[in-house]
Amino acid sequence: MAQLFTKDTQSIFWNNNTTAIQRMLDYDYTIKRKKPSVAGIVAPTSNSKFDKFFYGPDEIMIPLYKNTAEAKAAQPQADVLLNFASFRTAYDVTMEALALGGFTSIMVTAEGIPERLARKMNATAKAKNVTVIGPATVGAIAPGAFKIANIGGTIENIVQSKLHRAGSCGLVTRSGGLFNELSNIIAINADGIAEGVAIGGDRFVGSVFIDNLLRMEANPEVKYMLLLGEVGGTEEYKVIEAVKSGKIKKPIIAWCIGTIAKYYDSGVQFGHAGASANGDMETAEAKNKAMKDVGIHVPASFNDLPEIISAVYHELHAEGIIKNISEPAMNTCPSVRKSKEFICTISDDRGDEATYAGFPISSLATPDTGKGIGDVVSLLWFKKQYPKWATDFIETVIKTVADHGPAVSGAHNAKVTARAGKSVVESLVTGLLTIGPRFGGAIDDAAKYFKYANDNKLSPADFLNHMKKEGIPIPGIGHRIKSLKNPDLRVEGLKKYAAKCFPATPLLDYALTVEQLTTSKKENLILNVDGTIGILMVDMWRALGYSEEEINEFITSGTLNAFFIVGRSIGFIGHVLDEKRLAMPMYRHPMDDILYDVQVAEEI
Amino acid sequence: MAQKAIREFDAKSILAKHWDKYFPGFSYAYETIMVQNGSELTKAAKEKTWLKEKALVAKPDMLFGKRGKNGLVLFKDSKPGDVSLAKAVSWIDEKSSQKQSVSFSFEGDTPTGEPKVDMLTHFIVEPFTPHSQEEEYYISATCVGDDDVLYMSAEGGMEVEENWDKVVEVKFPITATEEEIAEKIKKSIPKDVAKHDKDAFAEFAIGFFKAYRELNFAYLEINPFVLQGKKVELLDMVAKLDDTAGFMMRDEWGDVDFPTSFGMEEKSPEVLAIEDADSKSGASLKLTILKPEARIWTMVAGGGASVVYADTIADLAGIEDLANYGEYSGGPTTSETKFYAETILNLMTRSKDANGRDKVLIIGGAIANFTDVAKTFTGIIQAFDNYADKMKKVGIKIYVRRGGPNYEKGLKDIKEAADRLGLYIEVYGPETHVTDIVRMALAK
Repeated sequence: MAQLFTKDTQSIFWNNNTTAIQRMLDYDYTIKRKKPSVAGIVAPTSNSKFDKFFYGPDEIMIPLYKNTAEAKAAQPQADVLLNFASFRTAYDVTMEALALGGFTSIMVTAEGIPERLARKMNATAKAKNVTVIGPATVGAIAPGAFKIANIGGTIENIVQSKLHRAGSCGLVTRSGGLFNELSNIIAINADGIAEGVAIGGDRFVGSVFIDNLLRMEANPEVKYMLLLGEVGGTEEYKVIEAVKSGKIKKPIIAWCIGTIAKYYDSGVQFGHAGASANGDMETAEAKNKAMKDVGIHVPASFNDLPEIISAVYHELHAEGIIKNISEPAMNTCPSVRKSKEFICTISDDRGDEATYAGFPISSLATPDTGKGIGDVVSLLWFKKQYPKWATDFIETVIKTVADHGPAVSGAHNAKVTARAGKSVVESLVTGLLTIGPRFGGAIDDAAKYFKYANDNKLSPADFLNHMKKEGIPIPGIGHRIKSLKNPDLRVEGLKKYAAKCFPATPLLDYALTVEQLTTSKKENLILNVDGTIGILMVDMWRALGYSEEEINEFITSGTLNAFFIVGRSIGFIGHVLDEKRLAMPMYRHPMDDILYDVQVAEEI
Repeated sequence: MAQKAIREFDAKSILAKHWDKYFPGFSYAYETIMVQNGSELTKAAKEKTWLKEKALVAKPDMLFGKRGKNGLVLFKDSKPGDVSLAKAVSWIDEKSSQKQSVSFSFEGDTPTGEPKVDMLTHFIVEPFTPHSQEEEYYISATCVGDDDVLYMSAEGGMEVEENWDKVVEVKFPITATEEEIAEKIKKSIPKDVAKHDKDAFAEFAIGFFKAYRELNFAYLEINPFVLQGKKVELLDMVAKLDDTAGFMMRDEWGDVDFPTSFGMEEKSPEVLAIEDADSKSGASLKLTILKPEARIWTMVAGGGASVVYADTIADLAGIEDLANYGEYSGGPTTSETKFYAETILNLMTRSKDANGRDKVLIIGGAIANFTDVAKTFTGIIQAFDNYADKMKKVGIKIYVRRGGPNYEKGLKDIKEAADRLGLYIEVYGPETHVTDIVRMALAK
């Protein structure tokens, strides 16, 4: 692979380092990338599903995942891992990613990973042909295509250093701070860089100078290379060998920093952990001289680097090897941006006509559209177009639960409130507030417990035992008067519809085996209407292709009760209007219906 | 720095602690003790009775080798193997009472190069182990390039260097499995190893290499070890640990010390304070004092840039003018930067330049990737506030060059502060070449 990154490269960012991620997105916007360079973030301790970031003047949401496996499964196209874990966990994160596969490069930022672990990590990556950048690095950049985290600094500096578009120099350094400095020097004295990597300051880093220079040699965008080495190590000699053997033919400019080290004994640690000379060959002087001897352009000191860069660039330019580049159009990130307080992902009233999940209301409302209330629910609640059998089922449910007479607690509350002279909305709300674990809540719980039993392959007897231990009567089982012999026709209707129209009803089938067992104990312990609805909702979602996690989330977030709330609101409003029509007076509960048992309060 | 030397006593203690795991077929008495003076040894003898019962060997345990050639191994009073506890006590007291001169390199028995002079503070004392030359073996392991290398020789002791051609080197990639390693070691036992010791040698070498790998040694050498059947004596050891592995080796290493090498200047309180701050911070703070009376002090951001500044000062002014080396990086907080700056200003304002010149403070740095320049400069400005009077008394010219996030504000703030305090300052941004302020400072 001649290029490290392209304009389509996407990454998974391990650790929600919001500043660094925002810098990447600012860069993406500036260079007009089609997709953000960060596809997902691994945030093991976060409970959120996404985080908001600016994309130019707007905001976008980047999904958060609990672990790398989850992130990779959801974003298989993201083939770069930006490992921002600490030195304690960076090794594990890298090794897990290597085992998962599908990454072409992994950048590791932590400094001070134990040496044996760093070596093992690097060797494992090499065997799998994965490029490791770092550890202890600020990253790499392919100008105009992809930028890792903080490299290049602020967006202003990036534009000033011409890192927003490809130039012709391939830059490789150990130091991250000097990488930035050199980008600037190259921008001033030449036409910027085509690709740049800060390989990292630790003693054992994944990709070394030669790996990067050989790739740049093969990259036609790179016309010459600049290598900034350091005292310590022998990696520069591999480059010298490659130049000698003709593996590298493009011009190289190089300098090793740390010429000062010769004046002091090894007790003084200059710069990075890797920067310590063991023997004369590893001194900056020896390496600078050896590089010069094979024809690499080596200045007299770091101070003279700008001149030599300018000279090499202008020579290649005069030869026609480097062409003039036209400056591309850029977006400008606004300097003042305000984060949005609210997010809406279901409807939009900004255009000509308001939409439900992208559908103009007029395309759903009238009978000729063929759409019903079930379609509206599927769009606004689930942001999906459900098939007709499912939207019909939703409507069936709403119709089935619309009312159950004046005596149930919710309807009673609504009626009492209406008689106190309150408005429709006030009366309705008092009724709705009654809905909960004891009233209406059986739908949620039936779905929850039957699904649990089915997921865990409990036999009906095991399930009954389990519920007994929990001390809860089985939700969705039992009716005041109905029995197998005298069935609830609402339940029969739902079952009939499901049998006819659902692709499959595994949870209902299971529930019916439970019902056989419960009714053998007591004949009114039938699957009631709440239970049937909850269970069939699960079957519906399964048939629609939702994952078990998504269905569990519907259950825990109370989605099932929401169907009951919508349906029963119709009935409550009916009762309230009924009271208004009858002009019933204020209700007072008869005192003889109350057991009074009041003691004189004791002093304590 | 990741690789740190440890004392012989600690090296032996670490191996002893894990002996049964790595050397289950061998016995090792672990009769060894480290003391700082004679009375400590006398006291220890109450519990460690072998000190009274056996003939002893005593030597300094301070990271340097060639102790024999330096005459610093006590193994005889009148004849080899007759050192009593009392003799060891008096010898240690004698050797620790005044500075000793130690040479690190020899040609034959003649020392070469400058000896170092310092106090001897740590001694290791062990039983004298009578054995024959044939029972002495050499073994060591370290990392060379990308591979681990195991060195084994039948010629142990002081002669191993002279007989380096007899040392067998075996290389292992980091990913080698235990089976592969065992296989390869068994095939590579030096042919001079006595026939009856060959199996034991292989078994010992396999355990040794496993310990080297699993206990995160960066270097491990036993020279010599003595094999007497399945009884092992570790006569001399040298070891370095990879201290970055410290967080996962806390129990395995126990309470291990990383001493400075013999003859090295003791770290000053200022350097120790910076090291302490560094260890507690997510950022990096480093300081080495090279020549405290020198004229040019640096306060440079970034591991790479700090080296470039030091190179340039050495090139343009010479090292005799360079007072310190150091760097701060990784986004230090304002208070961390203030502490760092105050430490340097404190050292810098203790005396005037001997030749009556102004001192030079280089506040340098490359174009930062993510460090907020204004924030770090706020810390430096706070330090100026506290040290302005002293700085003016000594005479200091300040040269600043920096780029990166918020650098315009940082440069403006520091210029204003210096002007307000009456300090001489010149301020430059990324348009000026990174090390050009060194040239400018020296041109004045």
